Amino acid sequence: MSETHEHELPFIRKYIFSMDHKIIGIQFLFMSLLFMIVGGFLAMIVRWQLGFPDKEIPFVNYLPDSMNPADPAHYNAVFTMHASIMIFAVIIPILTGAFGNFLIPLMIGARDMAFPKLNMLSFWVGFLGGAVMASSFFVEGGTAATGWTAYPPLSAIPEYTGVARGQTLWIVAVLIIGTASIMGAVNYITTIVNMRAPGMHFFRMPLSVWALFITAILQLMATPVLASALGMLLFDRTLGTHFFAPSGGGQVLLWQHLFWFYSHPAVYIMILPAMGFVSDILSTFSRKPIFGYKAMVFSLVGIAGLGFIVWGHHMFQSGMNPALGTAFMISTMVIAVPSAIKTFNWLGTLWGGAIRFTPAMLNALAFVSTFIVGGLSGIFMASTPVDMFIHDTYFIVAHLHYVLFGGSLFGVFGAINYWYPKMFGRMMNQAVNTVHAVLTFIFFNLTFFPMHILGMAGHMRRIYDPTLYDFLKPLQPMNQFISISAFLLGATQILFAANFLYSLFFGKKAEANPWHANSLEWSAPSPPPHLNWGAHVPTVYRGPYEYSSPEVAEDYLPQDRPLVGSPTPSRTVMTPARA
Amino acid sequence: MHWLPEGVSTYSPRIDQMFYVILVVTGIAFVVTEALLFYFAWRYRHRDGVRARYTHGNSRLEMVWTVVPAVMLVFLGLASKTVWGEIKGSIPPTDQEVVVMASQFDWEVRYKGADGQFDTADDVVIHNEMHLPLGVPTKIRLRSKDVIHSFFVPAFRLKQDAVPGLTIDVWVQPTKTGDYEIACAELCGFGHGTMRGMLTVMEPQPFQEWMKQQEAGVAPAEAPPA
Repeated sequence: MSETHEHELPFIRKYIFSMDHKIIGIQFLFMSLLFMIVGGFLAMIVRWQLGFPDKEIPFVNYLPDSMNPADPAHYNAVFTMHASIMIFAVIIPILTGAFGNFLIPLMIGARDMAFPKLNMLSFWVGFLGGAVMASSFFVEGGTAATGWTAYPPLSAIPEYTGVARGQTLWIVAVLIIGTASIMGAVNYITTIVNMRAPGMHFFRMPLSVWALFITAILQLMATPVLASALGMLLFDRTLGTHFFAPSGGGQVLLWQHLFWFYSHPAVYIMILPAMGFVSDILSTFSRKPIFGYKAMVFSLVGIAGLGFIVWGHHMFQSGMNPALGTAFMISTMVIAVPSAIKTFNWLGTLWGGAIRFTPAMLNALAFVSTFIVGGLSGIFMASTPVDMFIHDTYFIVAHLHYVLFGGSLFGVFGAINYWYPKMFGRMMNQAVNTVHAVLTFIFFNLTFFPMHILGMAGHMRRIYDPTLYDFLKPLQPMNQFISISAFLLGATQILFAANFLYSLFFGKKAEANPWHANSLEWSAPSPPPHLNWGAHVPTVYRGPYEYSSPEVAEDYLPQDRPLVGSPTPSRTVMTPARA
Repeated sequence: MHWLPEGVSTYSPRIDQMFYVILVVTGIAFVVTEALLFYFAWRYRHRDGVRARYTHGNSRLEMVWTVVPAVMLVFLGLASKTVWGEIKGSIPPTDQEVVVMASQFDWEVRYKGADGQFDTADDVVIHNEMHLPLGVPTKIRLRSKDVIHSFFVPAFRLKQDAVPGLTIDVWVQPTKTGDYEIACAELCGFGHGTMRGMLTVMEPQPFQEWMKQQEAGVAPAEAPPA
């Protein structure tokens, strides 16, 4: 039994400097959720300022100076850090770090990651990056204030923002986090390619694993480009180089090409895993096989491939050659096709199902609903002439939040609801999370849908007081409405946080397979012991979506359950059983 | 439909039309998919004794919902390309030229002055204010002294980044007199939100008179750096 493998490790080795993929996943989860609180709080500050530019924040005396938005320089810092934290310290680490780590070995039937030490290093390097980013709030001049895109020359020359150390720390932090990302990606790819359980063919892997696999490839290929760009920016700031400074022969637009060559794939890094989780959740709670499994896999691959040739759509108005704009417009239109395929297949999965509205399912449905909006609104920006008007307005703010909050975060909420019993061996309170899912969906739409309308009126993003413009003054009531909705959206999250913490200690004990799901993680105890399974890893006989199969009386058929006449797996994958 | 603010440039109706075409196409897709989502969720809710349909998909459906969006999207792409070409293809021939030099947090607007030449002592230079004649194409040469700014006139549907080290030419032909706001659309520092200018479109005759007044008022001290 597994207990025999489990030496009594001292606390610090078991929970702090752990090499167990599950503990590392949970570490990433806690770190990302803590940063989510910070990032969400910053969003509230931004919304206060935009809704009520004349009123001081009531608790302003308790804020560090660098977070007081009444000073326009600090307003820039607050939204910069909202985005930077949400992207680099919340969404990417929670999707790939937390769920990638926790799920990949459990879902493919491996005992751990291929490189457990590298895995541990990845978390602690990531943690360091987050700490460096957070520390930038407290240095002289405050934190970075050039947007998460950090366009030079604004970001390259301290005099332009008055922020010296904060911006440099930001660059260093993103570099460190990128390093952690690369370490994780190498590990995930190696593990998925080499360590699948007997019978776990590639086309028997759950879509969560496929999505994490494709995401890891994206990370491995794109992140080094960001690292090189950040390196050049750092040199421009600290060593006096002129990569991006025209005064020394540098090219301002070079940064944007390099940055978006990373950051557009990064958009997919931030959504593909959520698509995978949602696919699994929809199938489980519809009690139906996922519709069009292979189409789902190929559309993931398609999105990832095309994701590398659409970066220029962020640059239509940047001064890039307009002919290039046309090429990027066409590739961007094409990348909407695999997204459409996924949406239709999700609908196909629901069709004819026997749907159970668990909180995980509600979040997955919310994901599909909001992803439709986010996907469709992207088409407006893809059109070069239309983008000329709505670029850098609230239309794009609405779009990106429909994809990254509506998409990624509903995916995350769904995934936490779904895998919480496996992670912690306890159930969350279903009633509270049902309320949370419904309210979040409502307040999310009330917050972000009106932003489309602001954008259609030409409301610029990143301005700290819309009332300074005559053409924006009539929109101020809408800005206030959005702000109040945002505060309610923020307050709703307290329900989830409270439930999360309470259930850790007092939740009902979870069974091994509380949702009657098929994939391998549910064949391990909740929570799984060190090395996940007892003496043998499971053997896989079929794909992960055999719900309501006519072969059995129950409405599910786990991947590892042999049936009379099931062919023995044709190929054996070596799974090193480390003692 | 008038969901967008009034457009007052020759190409603004073309951009707006493209916007509405996309709005209709995506609006239909939105209504159909959301309706199916909510209908399926309600219609196929779990009921005792009813088992889900066991199916792994349907190749013909996959083909349909791959090809139909692809055709629609390529159509939108080609239609957009036409409008984009009209705006960006070539600048209509014109003598009317303005140089805009953006800097933190100021729009410097420069006219040729009486001698019809830029960068001479009689250039007319004003700040955060631009006057354009009605019905005549004006070429706007965008530059920046320091960081990236973006010249945005919502009423013209015109937005173009001003990039240090580059001169980027855009054009506009106003179709209605009046005052319109200029905004900076690219984060350019703490004063980004205040980088506001006023643009006045005038009938050609009053515009010429205004220009004359400005030229008369040019002091030698306002000569540009050599």
